[in-house]
Amino acid sequence: MKTITIAPVTRIEGHAKITINLDDSGNVAETFVNVVELRGFEKFCIGRPVEEIPRIVTSICGVCPWHHHLASAKANDAVFGVTPPPTGKKLRDLCQSIAFCSDKILHFFFLAGPDFVMGPDADYSVRNVIGIAQANPDLGKKVIRARHLGTQMLGIASGKAIHPVTAVPGGFSKPLTEKERDELKPMAEEVLEFAKFAIGFAKESIFPKYQDAIESIGIIETGFLGTVADDGSLNVYDGKLRLMKPDGTYEDFPYDQYTEHIGEHIEPWTYLKFPYAKKWGDFNMDLDGPVGIYRTNALARINVCDKMATPLAQAELEEFREKFGRPAQQTLLYNYARLIELVYNAEHAIELLNDPEITGKDTRVPVTPRAGRGIGCLEAPRGTLIHDYETDENGLVTNVNLIVGTTHNNAPINMAVKQTAKALIKDGKYDQGILNKVEMSIRAYDPCLSCATHKLDGTIAVKLDIRDAAGKVIDTLAN
Amino acid sequence: MAVKVAEEWLNICGGCEVSILDIGEPLLDLLPELEFVHMPVLMDHKYFGQTGENTEMEIPEADVGIISGGVRNEKEKHVAEEMRKKCNTLISLGSCACFGGIPALANMFPLEDLYHKVYKDCKTTDSGETPTENLPPLLDRVYALEEVVPVDINIPGCPTNPDLIVKALSALLTGGSFEIPERSVCDECPLKREKKASGGEIKRTLDSPEFDQSKPWDNTRCFMEQGYLCLGPVTLAGCSNKEGGENGVMVPRCIKGLMPCRGCFGPIRKGANPLVDMMSAISSIGLDAKQVPDRRALLNRYIGGQNRLRPLPARPK
Repeated sequence: MKTITIAPVTRIEGHAKITINLDDSGNVAETFVNVVELRGFEKFCIGRPVEEIPRIVTSICGVCPWHHHLASAKANDAVFGVTPPPTGKKLRDLCQSIAFCSDKILHFFFLAGPDFVMGPDADYSVRNVIGIAQANPDLGKKVIRARHLGTQMLGIASGKAIHPVTAVPGGFSKPLTEKERDELKPMAEEVLEFAKFAIGFAKESIFPKYQDAIESIGIIETGFLGTVADDGSLNVYDGKLRLMKPDGTYEDFPYDQYTEHIGEHIEPWTYLKFPYAKKWGDFNMDLDGPVGIYRTNALARINVCDKMATPLAQAELEEFREKFGRPAQQTLLYNYARLIELVYNAEHAIELLNDPEITGKDTRVPVTPRAGRGIGCLEAPRGTLIHDYETDENGLVTNVNLIVGTTHNNAPINMAVKQTAKALIKDGKYDQGILNKVEMSIRAYDPCLSCATHKLDGTIAVKLDIRDAAGKVIDTLAN
Repeated sequence: MAVKVAEEWLNICGGCEVSILDIGEPLLDLLPELEFVHMPVLMDHKYFGQTGENTEMEIPEADVGIISGGVRNEKEKHVAEEMRKKCNTLISLGSCACFGGIPALANMFPLEDLYHKVYKDCKTTDSGETPTENLPPLLDRVYALEEVVPVDINIPGCPTNPDLIVKALSALLTGGSFEIPERSVCDECPLKREKKASGGEIKRTLDSPEFDQSKPWDNTRCFMEQGYLCLGPVTLAGCSNKEGGENGVMVPRCIKGLMPCRGCFGPIRKGANPLVDMMSAISSIGLDAKQVPDRRALLNRYIGGQNRLRPLPARPK
């Protein structure tokens, strides 16, 4: 038996390796996506004042800190039993949508894009965003600028774009001035122009070339989970959860009932847990007969929603559905779905900036500590994000449960990797291009393993050398 | 000739890597002078050869190495050592690499307690054993990078300010030196200070301080003097951005968000003890430092490596 190890998995956020075991004839026997890092937020948030948590959980992920920040603020609202004033809610929603835009651009052009723009078999030294920028300087400049716009907008609206501080229990700490609103508007327009360019570019120059790949890489069949508004339209800040079976039938439920629907399974070869739909049966991720497996992130949201709340995104959804049906199952379509969401979020940000209430002065209500439980849920780019806190009478945290976007996709990612490896590696033959295609089936999910490994575990240290400035070992710690 | 750069991330959130991208247009000017030879977040160079054919980890040689994140497990320790071996100048990027960062809050608990919470005591989890197969074992606690290998340049912040990255890289490209002046966030903060609190108790951020957005920043009173715990006095300056155009003022990031500082740039100078210094700063303006809730964690939030945070001895039963 031979083992192939792909380490590290690159152009994703966080740490993982892929282990592929081949049988004696060189065909794939087993595959594992080993997520190799952990931190432990559930434990070390305990004892902290709950109003400080929105400024701690941001560090779960520096790529999507806003979504953790906002889910935490929503959980705080519920703990304290308050509803933010309309302006406070709209400012949160605005930042949520701007952050979504940056994230989509980052993933499509910086992380997954090089596989499509440079080609999956291109030499590894140029299969990256710098390679894109060198091959096509105008495109490079455009994407670097468009991604940075979102950061600048969040800086204007909140002071701190990465690891934000302004979503507080009861609302938003900083009102938006009219001057700031006027600065943001043209920037949002520019993001929308870029979004239109990006989806047009992808539909014309990218996806048609990779029709074969779309039909062969990461072909699995699962259910889907996402948030929709009362009218069934996609909403990333608030709404009810919709859990769809592979056949397209679905059940809606309020997010504070998530524990009745979602369980988390443990495997011995990865630090990452495996969420599953409890009501569908016992967890099973065999390719032949998976049970309880659902996916989150862009494709899931595009599948579960009935419509998009903005006109350009609605037109894109209709075109997508006509081509791929509902629910669409092909893993690589995540990349397409992400661009539809980019259009939606840019349109939604402009809507909010045109709303006179966005510059209101009444952005937060004061809160008083009490014993309670609060659940905050919204859509992070990588999927449904749930923060669940309990507090004592002083408002200090006594219990925390977190389920983050990428974690939901743990089983589907493992299944997609196995399917791709089995299809491409035959009779012991493989090369860097084939292994990269195996990685592409992970990249499509845009996993953020920093997010997913907010938990902490593992085994105790074996040995650590402490060195002086010259690099000489001055002490060794061992257990 | 272009300067070769290798970038690695250890126990991270990825925010420091986004900060590198947030350099924005100046990045396009810097790029031709830099040759990235290894950077897992953006590039496909693998540790064990491109098809996993080697048995030893290998990172290419580079003039400059940049590492974000503290050291949490055996694999990260190995990567840090390999980077040190291959890079002439090694930079700690961000407060996790410099001091342990937020993840080092875990240093307040024995590892066993953390495992128990995660795998046996989470609401939605089917209780099970801690995974161990084919996974790097965790170290006993979170270490700052400097505790594991010698570091040449520290650029703290959670995340850091892209301007500082540009300054450090430019200094390296021109053979100049890079240092962050030992100033506090208060030294840069434009809010009005009267050296005395307006009275009352220390307040949690459960309601809003008073502020006036229609007037220049110095019309708003210092948040600490309004009674809201603000770590400005004991935190290194460096986060501020200029507000209000050419003739504007530097404003610390959180202050711009109308929130008090939480200390993300770490201590003003090496060896300082922000917990002790903050208690005396609070007392000096006439407030009662004992009223700060959850003091140990709050005042060491970003700096729990280097033994600043560790498990408290069990209470006698």
